[in-house]
Amino acid sequence: MNDALDMGWLVAVYLFMLAAFTGYEVISRVPSILHTPLMSGSNFIHGIVVVGALHALFHATTLAMQVVGFLGVALGAANAAGGYVVTERMLAMFKPSAGRKEP
Amino acid sequence: MISILVDVSGFAAALLFILGMKRMASPATAVHGIWLTGIGMVAAVVASFGYLSAIPVEARPHTLTNVALALTALALGGGWAWWRGRRVAVTAMPQMVALYNGMGGGAAAAVAAVELMARDGGEASVGVLLLVVTALGALIGSISLSGSIVAWAKLDGRLERTFRFRGQSAVNGSVLLLALGAAAWALADPSQLSLAIFFAVALLLGVLMTVPIGGADMPVVISLYNAFTGLAVALEGYALSNPALMVAGMMVGSAGTLLTLLMAKAMNRSLANVLFSRFGDPVAGSTAGVAGHMKSVDARDAALTMRYATTVIVVPGYGLAVAQAQAKLYELVKLLQTAGVAVRFAIHPVAGRMPGHMNVLLAEAGVPYDLIDDMEDINDSFKSTDVAIVIGANDVVNPAARTDKASPIYGMPILNADQARQVYVVKRGQGKGYAGVENLLFYQDNCAMVYGDALAVLNAMVQAIKEQAA
Repeated sequence: MNDALDMGWLVAVYLFMLAAFTGYEVISRVPSILHTPLMSGSNFIHGIVVVGALHALFHATTLAMQVVGFLGVALGAANAAGGYVVTERMLAMFKPSAGRKEP
Repeated sequence: MISILVDVSGFAAALLFILGMKRMASPATAVHGIWLTGIGMVAAVVASFGYLSAIPVEARPHTLTNVALALTALALGGGWAWWRGRRVAVTAMPQMVALYNGMGGGAAAAVAAVELMARDGGEASVGVLLLVVTALGALIGSISLSGSIVAWAKLDGRLERTFRFRGQSAVNGSVLLLALGAAAWALADPSQLSLAIFFAVALLLGVLMTVPIGGADMPVVISLYNAFTGLAVALEGYALSNPALMVAGMMVGSAGTLLTLLMAKAMNRSLANVLFSRFGDPVAGSTAGVAGHMKSVDARDAALTMRYATTVIVVPGYGLAVAQAQAKLYELVKLLQTAGVAVRFAIHPVAGRMPGHMNVLLAEAGVPYDLIDDMEDINDSFKSTDVAIVIGANDVVNPAARTDKASPIYGMPILNADQARQVYVVKRGQGKGYAGVENLLFYQDNCAMVYGDALAVLNAMVQAIKEQAA
């Protein structure tokens, strides 16, 4: 909470709004055959929380903070790694008919 | 200097996430999309060690321990999840996604906990808004953690029961108020006790919210908790002044919300209906209007009818995956194609355990995705189709959804398999579907049942066609 980058709440609201539209736009044109991989893919993307957990752990000063920070990093890393593997496995299986060229 | 590197890599990660997600929106480029997002993730994680260059004086004596802890946690969490993700069967992927998602929610809650604990040490100059946002993220993340674990247990068959009692919504509402109260207490008086109580109540709320929801509705719930985790990550991103977390989290939050609504719509239910209704209770079924009787037919006869048909549409359901018969089905389809039959697959939006899950299961068996059609694209073709073969699906082809107003599935969009000239239904026995509703299709004149395990039936069909050719 004490970082160099001091963001005003207004900037944060703008950022949230634009990011929300981006997510909406990207998903709304997806064929339903990709819904499961996309849910898994977005699950992977919020694994970025591991970065926040690392930040918290590096700033830890007490034992309790270290324990909770450790848990946070472990859970976040599991989210990211697991999300990636499962999504990649699903997507790698999608293949067009032989003879058709991929666009 | 180093802090600029950290900021730049955070920006790069956010950009790669957006580009990657965009590419994931088309089957041909999807796998490149996940690679892009993966590169963004690795860059962001590596760069976050740059935080070490700017840690405050109080934390400096602990740096060595903290770095060791961080590396251990990364290796343990990441390694375990990577190993599990490699091994999990495709049928079990939905619950694995639920589990990983819950862990993300837990990580967001942990970040919030550390931030709130830091206040215990004395620095009290933080704004109220920041504190409220942090606590809100903690609440949402905790709900996502415990709720996702319940969802995982239900889908994995470890928790069969749905716990329901009178006034459940009122109880859940009170627990929510209690959680908000505990949050206010923890903010006003940051001690380990108040924080522990706040997190305990928040976790309890996630469990209470999820236990009454039936297994059939779990995909919607997982998608909702996916959006929750995204939101929690975005809020903690604000607490940490980290724009990469804010952008990625909010993007997932909105995309996940939209996906949740799409799924609920495919089942013709509102989200509120999924979360608070008693759907899935054994219904005293309205069997009124069941006319005619079920006929059964031998697998070999059905196979030969298909062999000499011009067009065949396959309607696969989760029962096919349970029987592990996707590969055998594709073998049959290839035989039919060689014989000159035009074969298509028709997928209902909620076939499988998640929307699109059936496509993944078929892709695993090597079925090319351009043979597979969505409901909207293929529904008008059934009328002009010789044979529709329904394997392991039930409710999604029940015409009662169109006609019987008393039926619990009334209004749900269905595949018009009943309009094909001949319908074969491969089914283990005479039981009802997931919704517990009698299927009117089975009693129609143009429908015949092929009883037996999907794998055994498909085997017999493949055999019959091969013998015919020989």
